[in-house]
Amino acid sequence: MKLLPVLPVLIPLLTAALALLQWRHRVAQRRLSVAGAIALFVAAVWLFAVVQREGVQVVQSGGWQAPFGISFVADTFSSLMVLFAATTNLCVVIYSLTSIDARREAFGYHLLLHVMLMGVCGAFLTGDIFNLYVWFELMLMASFVLLALGGERRQMEGAIKYVTINLVSSALFLAAVGLLYAATGTLNMADLALKAQHVNPAGMRTVIALLFFVAFGVKAALFPLYFWLPASYHTPPVVISAIFAGLLTKVGVYSLARVFTLIFRNDAGYMQPLLLWVAALTMIAGGLGAIVQRDLRRMLSFLIISHIGVAAMGLGIFTERAFAGMIFYLIEDIVVLTNLFLIAGGVRLLCGTYDLTQTGGIYRRHPSFGFLFLIPALSLSGIPPFSGFFAKLALIQAGLEAGRYAVVGVSLAVSLLTLYAMARVWMLAFWREQPATTPTNLAAPLATLAAPLTTPIPTISPRRARRALIPIAALSALTIALGLGAEFVFRQSLIAAGVLAEPRLYVEAVLGGER
Amino acid sequence: MIVVLAFVIGGLYAAGLYMMLRRSITKLIIGLGLLSHAANLLLFTAGGLVRARPPLIPDNSETIQPPFADPVPQALVLTAIVISFGVTAFALALIHRANRVIGTDDMDQMKATDV
Repeated sequence: MKLLPVLPVLIPLLTAALALLQWRHRVAQRRLSVAGAIALFVAAVWLFAVVQREGVQVVQSGGWQAPFGISFVADTFSSLMVLFAATTNLCVVIYSLTSIDARREAFGYHLLLHVMLMGVCGAFLTGDIFNLYVWFELMLMASFVLLALGGERRQMEGAIKYVTINLVSSALFLAAVGLLYAATGTLNMADLALKAQHVNPAGMRTVIALLFFVAFGVKAALFPLYFWLPASYHTPPVVISAIFAGLLTKVGVYSLARVFTLIFRNDAGYMQPLLLWVAALTMIAGGLGAIVQRDLRRMLSFLIISHIGVAAMGLGIFTERAFAGMIFYLIEDIVVLTNLFLIAGGVRLLCGTYDLTQTGGIYRRHPSFGFLFLIPALSLSGIPPFSGFFAKLALIQAGLEAGRYAVVGVSLAVSLLTLYAMARVWMLAFWREQPATTPTNLAAPLATLAAPLTTPIPTISPRRARRALIPIAALSALTIALGLGAEFVFRQSLIAAGVLAEPRLYVEAVLGGER
Repeated sequence: MIVVLAFVIGGLYAAGLYMMLRRSITKLIIGLGLLSHAANLLLFTAGGLVRARPPLIPDNSETIQPPFADPVPQALVLTAIVISFGVTAFALALIHRANRVIGTDDMDQMKATDV
């Protein structure tokens, strides 16, 4: 099928459009949402299988030959990302059936979720740098509304920070695209890969490259640019945080990888040390931030940052094996972090709070839920046999081969911080007895201050609670599967990394014979 | 002309960033607007300024000789303007709601979730 690489964009669009027509019918919207998520998942699997069999798939929209039209390109990297985006989306949609409140549903929650997915898939699949900007904006716009939907005070505060910083980075992105077009006269990424090497003066290319670095660095939450993330990700309902945690920052990393391996590959000389420094500082800042948090969701937000640093390290090492490790790590991260946020929602249901000083006793009451937590938690910390271990192993091997001992050492030390943070959650939320009341008088004024900020816990029946466990169990099973099938996944990552390391393959696929 | 526009773009960026550093959220939105104007104007200027040379192939020719006005940056700017229009509309609705819910327009008061 010729249009296959565009299907992951068309299906969410169609779902959202149909859901808009059913604006007043919540049940119809829910059904559409699930159907759309399943269809997207099927399309993503299909696309992945076709890319496996036949190599890079390209669609030239409107029949305009590249570099004149907008190309959609599905190589192994992008089809893997789309596949895992679709998988987590399916789990999140199923989870939200039991967890999202009726008011948010009535105001278009499902619709917005699919619009955001359209932006995410579009960003993964586009082969045009301006088109990438448009997909980014689409994704951000939907995420703005999702973040603010409900209009609680804390959401408003988070949303203002999130919107502001993301719009600034979008403005930088746009300026970078404009300068790049002025310097090369093309917007097609494959064409840029050829023409950006001859930009005159070379200093102009450095400026553009760094503008892209800052713009994507903000979206990916790299070291000095991450402050918006822990200030906003814990404010919306947990299911929205979960999909944000799984996908949005990964789009930033994906774009960084795409742009710096394809267009600015000759700038690796200064980008490499810069990326490695930034990666190391991101890991440390995220790890240290995570271990001091009391709010479970804020802790997880800092862990997102820390793990984005690990992925950025893979990009900074800049060898084929490191790219493979990075890709493996990214897909593992999508699954695990989404799952941990969904589990945080479960903790809230069982203990009534996200505050780790007041949680406890879950393991005694629900041992199976405890095990479901342990799987992603151990995977995130890099304990075998889960997928996180193999992804990190690949990255560390690549780092040692390239002689990047310092940053590898940092990543290992930060794994310990992650393990500590996860152990703390285990001890405070699962293992110990739940404290009877607020521990000290000192906390009392704090609690009253926070009281208007917290929404009442939705009460749900045991049957619905069990339904909410399905997506968590599915993601945990996927984590185990990725660990047991690590060889297969790593082989795919290596194929994907081959295109990153050898941009010629990408360029030939898009531009065809003419070069 | 390019020099004049360069100064205008620089001024817009400076003004936009200054406004965004103010504490009032209304000024924050104005700053965002100025910033996106600056980016649009940069996009437009970077594409090259050519006066009175539309990108049309003359009757007696198969190709067009440069210099001619490049239509692509203008299409890009148009897209970017539409996007920034939507985003600004959303941001205005957001600060209106935020002001009602939080009861202040001072960024420094919006720290309740940062503990």
